[in-house]
Parts: sequence; structure tokens; C-alpha cells
Amino acid sequence: MLLGPALAVSAILFSLGVAGVLLRRNAIIIFMCVELMLNAANLAFVALAQQLGPDGQVIVFFVMAVAAAEAAVGLAIVLAIYRHKQTLDIKDINLLRG
Amino acid sequence: MTQVAFWLFAVLAVLGGLMCITRRSPVASALWLVETLFSLAAIFVLLDAQFIAALQVMVYAGAIMVLFLFVIMLLNLGRERATDMRGWAGRLVALALGLLLVVELWVLVGSPLAGQIQLPAGSMSRASQEQGVVGVISDSLFRTYLVPFEVTSMLLVAAIVGAVVLAKRRL
Repeated sequence: MLLGPALAVSAILFSLGVAGVLLRRNAIIIFMCVELMLNAANLAFVALAQQLGPDGQVIVFFVMAVAAAEAAVGLAIVLAIYRHKQTLDIKDINLLRG
Repeated sequence: MTQVAFWLFAVLAVLGGLMCITRRSPVASALWLVETLFSLAAIFVLLDAQFIAALQVMVYAGAIMVLFLFVIMLLNLGRERATDMRGWAGRLVALALGLLLVVELWVLVGSPLAGQIQLPAGSMSRASQEQGVVGVISDSLFRTYLVPFEVTSMLLVAAIVGAVVLAKRRL
């Protein structure tokens, strides 16, 4: 029975993703930490799907599709920001700060 | 045997995540994240999700991470430079909030709710033996979730158009 350990690993990976978002200032690395969080959620879905039927795996399929769309749009935004500011450090990207 | 393999890949996944958020170079971070994604694919196989594991390797470790590496190298960020970690206050906040989240999720995992879900053991492996690994998912995907599946295709088209518009220098 791997449900409990899998959920525990999922919790640790999700927290690592959150800590990474808080720790880093490089926009691309923050994106990668978001991907890490999405993968932790996927692990929880798959672990529960093992016993609750295939619906959880279908949700993982959708999460992957949304993650792909998010990565494409997000990296395009990163490219546009870099072209505009010549940096990806989010402390220098404060155009919307009042 | 399954337990040993699971814990091996779990340790590898957590190690990869830890290295991903602490390496200075974005390329090293991305490669450690790829290692985490591969370990998760192995864990998916152990959890009777072979099709999802294949998707994980192809879509995540293949397509998405190549996109990340491509952008990193396009922007020439691979060189060693000053660290982008936050200062001491930021590190402490990140560590404290991360640990708090681990504790919260741990309590949630150990709560009676998780124990109360009385699950039929091995139903997934039985179903995949009867219908095939892909058949189990596709049956649900193309019957119950047909409309969300079609909406996903629209989402992907919108993402493609959005990415082109955002990344183009001049429209």
C-alpha cells in the first residue's frame, strides 16, 4: 500500500516548490518551481487514482495539458520582459508597483 | 520490492527538487528538475499509471523542459553570475513557510479523513489488466470527460496564439 507514502512525498515536493518560489528571484526558476508544484499535485492524483478508479489519471492528463499551455505563454512573457528590461530578476520588474 | 523501488525514487525526486531550488545556474536547476520528473515517472509506474508515466517523460521531461532550456540558452542565462537567492530574511521566510506547509500537509495526510477512505485494493491494476493500460484512461477520457477534452484543445490553440503574439517583436 503506497497511498500514504506517495501523499507524503507529494506534500514534500509541493512545499519544496513553494519554498523555491519564495527563495529565488529569477523568473525562469520561479516558473520551474511552479512546474514542481504541479507535479506534486499530479503525484497525489495518481496515488489516489490507484484505488479510486481512472478518473484521477484523466485529471493528470488535463493538468499536463494546462501546464504545457502555461509554460508556452509564461515563457513568451519572460522573453518579452527580457527584451524590454534586459534582466529576469523580479526585483527589477516592478512596473505595476504603485 | 515495490516498497524499495518507491522509496529509492522518492528520495531521488526530493533530492532533485531540493537541488533544483538551490542551484545557482538556471541550466543546472532545469536539469535537476528533469531528474525529479523522471523519478516521478518511475513512481507513477509503481502506482499503476503506466500511460501517465509515458506522458510524463514525453510531455514534461521532453517537451516542456526542452522549452525551458531553450529559453534559458536563448537568453544566455547559463553563465555563472551573482546568485539570485533572496537575502537572509527572504531565506528564513521561505524556509519557515515551506516547513509550515510540510507540517500542514503531513497533518492532512495523517488525518482520519485519509484513513476513512476505504478503497478496494488493486482495482486499478485489475482494470488495466482487463481493458489495457491506455484503454482504462481513454474510456473515461472520451466518455465522461469528452467536453473538457475538447475545451483543452481550444485552450492549447489559445496558448499557441498567445505565445506567438507575446514573443513576436513587432506585430
